Formats: sequence, structure tokens, C-alpha cells
Amino acid sequence: MLGILRLDVWKGLIGGAIGTALGVFITMIIRSLQGLDNTWDTTATSPWNVIVIPACVMGTLGFLIGVGSMTDWLKWMVGRKGSDGHYHPKPGVPQWHRYFGMDTNHKVVGIQYGVLGIVVLLIGGLFALIFRTELAEPGLQYLSANDYNSLIGLHGQLMFIAVLLGIGAMANYLVPIMIGAQDMAFPRINGFAFWINVPAAVMLLSSIFLGGFDTGWTAYPPLSVRAHLGMQMALIAVFILGFSSILGGLNLIVTIFLMRAPGMSLFRMPIFVWGVLATSLLQLTATQFIGLSFLMVTLQRAVDIPFFDPARGGDVTLYQHLFWFYSHPTVYIWILPGLGIISEILPVFARKPLFGYPFIAMSSMAIAIMGYLVWAHHMWASAMDPFLRVPFMMTTLTIAVPTGIKFFSWLATLWEGKIRFATPMYFTLGAIVLFLLGGLTGPPSALVVTGLHLHDSHFVVAHFHITVFGGFMFTYFAAIYYWFPLLTGRMYSETLGKIHFGVMFIGFIIFALSLFRVGLLGMRRRIADYTIDFGGIFGIEWQMLATIGAFMAGLGVLVMLGNLVFSAMYGKKAVHNPWRSRSLEWQIVAPPPELNFSALPQIVGHPYDYGLPGSVYAILSPDDQVVAEPVKPNQITPSKPALPAAAVTGD
Amino acid sequence: MATAIERHHAAVEHHHDEHHHHVIEFTPAQRLSMNRLGLWLFLISETFLFAGILVARIVLLRDEGGSFTRPELDQQLGLVITFILLLSSLAVYMGETAISRGEIGRFKAGIGAAIVMGLIFTVGVGYEWSIAHFAPSDGVEGGMFFFMTGMHALHVLTGIIFLMIVYWNGRLGNYTKQSHWGVEASALYWHFVDVVWVFFYVALYLIGHVPEVH
Repeated sequence: MLGILRLDVWKGLIGGAIGTALGVFITMIIRSLQGLDNTWDTTATSPWNVIVIPACVMGTLGFLIGVGSMTDWLKWMVGRKGSDGHYHPKPGVPQWHRYFGMDTNHKVVGIQYGVLGIVVLLIGGLFALIFRTELAEPGLQYLSANDYNSLIGLHGQLMFIAVLLGIGAMANYLVPIMIGAQDMAFPRINGFAFWINVPAAVMLLSSIFLGGFDTGWTAYPPLSVRAHLGMQMALIAVFILGFSSILGGLNLIVTIFLMRAPGMSLFRMPIFVWGVLATSLLQLTATQFIGLSFLMVTLQRAVDIPFFDPARGGDVTLYQHLFWFYSHPTVYIWILPGLGIISEILPVFARKPLFGYPFIAMSSMAIAIMGYLVWAHHMWASAMDPFLRVPFMMTTLTIAVPTGIKFFSWLATLWEGKIRFATPMYFTLGAIVLFLLGGLTGPPSALVVTGLHLHDSHFVVAHFHITVFGGFMFTYFAAIYYWFPLLTGRMYSETLGKIHFGVMFIGFIIFALSLFRVGLLGMRRRIADYTIDFGGIFGIEWQMLATIGAFMAGLGVLVMLGNLVFSAMYGKKAVHNPWRSRSLEWQIVAPPPELNFSALPQIVGHPYDYGLPGSVYAILSPDDQVVAEPVKPNQITPSKPALPAAAVTGD
Repeated sequence: MATAIERHHAAVEHHHDEHHHHVIEFTPAQRLSMNRLGLWLFLISETFLFAGILVARIVLLRDEGGSFTRPELDQQLGLVITFILLLSSLAVYMGETAISRGEIGRFKAGIGAAIVMGLIFTVGVGYEWSIAHFAPSDGVEGGMFFFMTGMHALHVLTGIIFLMIVYWNGRLGNYTKQSHWGVEASALYWHFVDVVWVFFYVALYLIGHVPEVH
């Protein structure tokens, strides 16, 4: 048990504590010498709005140095040789320790992202259930108004991080294997980009103890300038998280462009990689804008630069423009990998080629590029020049074209396919349904006439949540179940998987439809209490139904967690390539070896030629190729017995 | 969970031993092109940051009639430090070309001169801060001035640190004609920071007029 004490993450925490303390003390001493006040309080004008900035920066640096994520760089700086960047087992140190320290292997980093993402998801989900319980009935029952506000703001920002971490998990684990590489282009940056999330998440959560903040996740000034000290922590935390997004995106772009296996042209990449590429381009560039907008609020709070104070020449609308220039593209950052997952999983379960591959690939890029041009549709009700409304409405509606291409391609892929129903397929189809509902409720929110009416109502909340559930959450769950046998070499429980899907899908539909309803009836978002009787159905109030639906969705996540943990420990051994995919990651042994491939695979065909006789996708080194074992019909649980794996050929 | 992870790794290690996987090393040329693409992507990302700051300047620093305003600054000082910073780019370039010819003496002279000029620039900006007629909180003209020069000076300072690291490693003999990515990267970053200043100098010192009253 004492081995736990030797985890690198403790060194990181000690380093973080030392850095934070140093930051606090140095700043306090400098301020004292200048004759400035250092009294502790958590108001918006507290001197601690200044002191926490160096404290957070130095704390983050201390954590990153302590955990070892900068060791090689520091050695290079002084002219010494660093490590070779590969994992070498140390005698006496258990293997699992590497998951709690700096590691450069993309699969370890991917799992680190995934686990931290699930933890953050659970906390953010718990917050949602708390305030959803408050909203179930009129009147304030459990929460104070300020706690309610802090919880909705933190729910938004935590889920924001959880989704980005989920994307990091999938992209890091899958992309290098899918393109036939041994690791990412910059493995050290990869490990660094993961670990920077940990201090940032801690900072963000600490805001709840520092007065919280009442702005919601968007942190609009002037309210964010007047919010408690917790606001400052949340702003700095998100700023620091931006480094992870930018570096992660940079790493993936270089990996995808320069490390593909011989023969893998861009249009022979698995379609998920296209989604990740489009997302990475957005992460690389747009993230700077949320950093900038939050930095400006941070500085106005700390040193009173009047960026957003109209009395001194500032402009609050400027914040909204800068903020949404990132925060609209960010929903495409979330959904593009998710839509890639749908396109990845459908052909495997329909046993048909992906319909219109190049169009799907290009539609991802089109969504990414057009994503830059729609931000002001969040601002119909702002002080923005009304002249700008129409062009932004037009660009917003145009996004439906590339999205529609994807929908029709998915339908055409399913058409006359030999569809096999297993948990990943259920979640994929569920994602398509939800994303369609999200898409259809988009135009009413985007059209200026109806958008002004729906602005800041629960209708918009429901639209946003159903889009993200369809575009990301359900596809993420599909991905987790789909690649679980690859990650662990074991099979999850199909029954529990289907229960998860059923509970979650029905629960979420109830939740979303109730929210649409109360939103249309005038329920505003970010309101802790309401007095209107919204009516209901079957004798249950809509607000209560939304809460019940939310709890069902939460229950579904718990079922999944139980399933995953139990199956990882005691699950049946998975057969090789249980879904009979042609993609590279399923051709090698599961779980994949440290370096994935002993020799680069040769790509000679198209990845989705399912059912085309004689088609070949890749030729692997005999060392990597797994010889198909004879399969007993009951060895895996899907409804139809798996056929013997036919490696990388037609079917 | 621990047991599952351990088993996971037992499987990994088993396979590892079976096939003796080895690292497929990149050629130096491949590694260099990866590094170059990575750095350029980073610079593109930074471009978005500075472009956003310029947008904020364009939106905020206007008078009621809509024409541009600017903070009241020491024009001579601004011109001199701008000149010095641009000259430092030339020095970095000389250092970089020198190391690609293997001339360590000229390399040190070039990089060293750039470090000194970068420091003079930073001190110049600091002096401008100290003689400013306004505080950051007085108005957006002053606020934007401190914000823009501060963000830029932060990048200049990191650039100076990179150049110092490169100088030190050069002294230790860690760079050769063929292999000096660190020099190339720091030089490119330095040029980038200089180009940013060209825009910031115009935005802060040249366009618009000083408003009558603060």
C-alpha cells in the first residue's frame, strides 16, 4: 500500500502547493512594500484578485515541474541530455504507477484524459442534478440564489472541460493507431498538455469556496467584473486550460499531416481522423479568443483596466464578440469528433461502405471553417448593431448544409445494410436521432424573429443540450463501448450497455422535451426560482419531468461506470476484432502493445470497403498481424455470433 | 481498478517480449519538418491572439465621431525602441546563418547582440510605462496601451529567455551546422514577436489622434 505514496502526482501536488505559496508570499511582500493592502476577503474589489494571478500561474508551474512533465525541457535548456521519451519499466515500480505521473505514450495519455474526463463529468453532472432538483418545483427549497448561480456556472464550465477531455481521450488514444504511427508527433507536449488540466480543474473547483460566481459559464461583464473572487479563479482556470487545447490540437495536426503510414493518403484516413483534424484546427486558433476575453476580464478585476466599463470608454459588446468567436466554434470542437465517431461506427455495423466519404470529410472541414463566421447569432439581444443580424443569420442557417450532407450520408450508409445491433450501434443511432432534434430546433433559435423570443429561455438550453448529447455525449458513449474491447482486451456486459442506452435515451428525451416546452412557455434560463404554472402531462409538471429525465440520464452514466469497471476486471475475454472492423487499430493485438506496430503498415486501399469482395485496406507486418482464433459463438455477447475475423480484407 | 490495469500491462508486456517491438526512429529531416510545422502552427495560433488584441484596440480606441484615438506617448522613444527591436531581428538572423555555416563566434555575436537589443527594448517599454501621463484605470486609451505593450513585452521576455538558452547551448557546443533546431526555432519566434510589434507600434503610436481630455 505504501507504493501509493510514490506516485508522481503527489510530487506534482507538493510542487503546486509550493508554487502557490511562493506566488502568494512574493506578491504580498511586493504589495506591502508598495504600501498596498493585502486584507483577505472574497469580494470583487478584494486585493486577492491580484494576488491569485501569480499564485495560480506559479502553482500551475510548480505542479507541472513536480509531476515531471517539464523535466526533459529543463534539462535541454541547461544543455543536458533528457530522456529518450519512451517508457522504460523501473524495477519495483508497478506498471499502473505510470498512469499517475508524466507519461509520453499516447495510449497512457489517452486513458489519463479519459479518466479525468469522466471524473469531471461526474462532478459537473452532480451539480446539474442538484440545481435540477431545485428547479423541479416553484419556490426555493434547497439552494440559496448565489449557490444556484455558482452551480449553473460551474456545471457549464466543468462539462466544457469534461467534453474537451473526452475528445482528448479519443483523439490521443485512437489517432496514432488509426494512421499507423507509433506515437504522437510531440510525445512530451502530449503529456504536458494533459497534466496542465489537473491544476486548472482544481482551480476551477476552488472557485466554489471563494464566493462562487453568478454569471453562468459565459462570464459576461459587467457582472463578471463585479462577481466574487471565485470568478477570478474560474477565469484563470479556463485561461490555463486553453494551453491544453492549443497544444493538443497542434500535436494532433502535426501527427495527422506528417505521420501517416505509407500509402495512407488524406482520403484513405479513417473518417474519425478527419473529424479530429477539423476540431484540432479550431482548437489551435479559436481558443486564443476565450483566453483573450477571459484575460481582459481578469485584468479589469485585478488592475482596473476599463475594457468593459462604458463610463471610461469601454465596451461590453466587445467581450461578447471575443467570447463567442471561440465559444461558438467550440461547439464544433465538441461535435466534429463525435460526428466522426458516427461515420466511423455506422459502416462497421451496417457492413457497407461509408456513403460519400470525401463529402463527409470535406463537410467536417466546411463546418470548421464556417464555424468561424456565425458567432454573433448568440448576440441577437445584445447591443450589437442590428445590421449584423441578417448576415449572421444567413451564415448560421448555411451550416445546415454540411451537417445535412452528413445526415444523408449516414442514411445512405444504413440503406440496405446488414445492420447488427449492439450497444455502440444503439448509441450511434440514438446520437443521430438526438442530433437531428438538436438540428431541427436550431433554425428557430437562429432566425432573428423567433430567436429574439427564444433568447435566454429554456428552449435554448434544451436545444444546446440535445445538440451536445447527440453530437458528443452519445457518440462518446458509443466510442467507449465500441473501443472498450480494444482498450482492455475484455468485453463489456451487453445487457448493462443496453440498459444504459435505454435509461439514458428515454430520460434525456423526457428532459429535453420538457425543457423545450417550458422554454416556449417563457421559462428563462439562469433563474433559481419561478412562479409560473407551466402545466404538465399525465399529471406531472413539466419541470418535475425534466428533473426526472435528468436523474434517469445520471443513472445511465452510473450503470455505464459500473459496467466498465466490472467488465475491465472480470469481463469475458474479447475475441480479436469483435466488430470485424477494417481499421488498423483492430488488426493488432488488444490491448495494443507499447509501440502499436513493429513496422509501419502499408495502406493499399480504402478503409470502408465493407462487403466489397477482394478489397484490401492495409498490409501489416506479420509480427503485428493477429492470427484469428477459432471463435465460439458464445464468446462475445452481441445478438449475432461473430464471424471469424477476416483481417483487413473485404468482409 | 488496479488489478485490471496490472493485467492490462501484463498483456502489453507479454506481447512486447514476444515481438521485440522497437522504435521506428525518424530521420533528422522528418523530425525537422515535424518541428517546423509544429512551430508554424504555434505561430498561427499566436497570430489569432494578437489579432484579437488588435480588434479590441480598433473597437475601443475611438472618439464619439468614430475616428481612431490613441494614447499620448513619447514618439521619439517609441521610434528608437522600434528601430532597436527591428535591428535585433537582423542580429538573430546573422546568428542563425552563422551557426548554419558552423561559425560559432559569429553565432554568439549575433545572438548576444539580439539579447542585448531585446533587453534595451524591454527597458524602453518599461521607461515608457514609468513616464506615462495616465494610469491603466484612467481610460481605454491608457488601458489598451498597458495591455498591448504588456502582452508584447511578455513575449519579448520569453523570446529573450529562449535566446539566452540558445546562446548557452551554443557555447556548450550543442549545435552543429546540420543540427541547430533550437536556434532556428528561437529565431523564428523572435521574428514573429518583432512582426507583432510592427503592427502594435502602428496601432499605438501612429494611427488616430490623442483625445482632448482623459
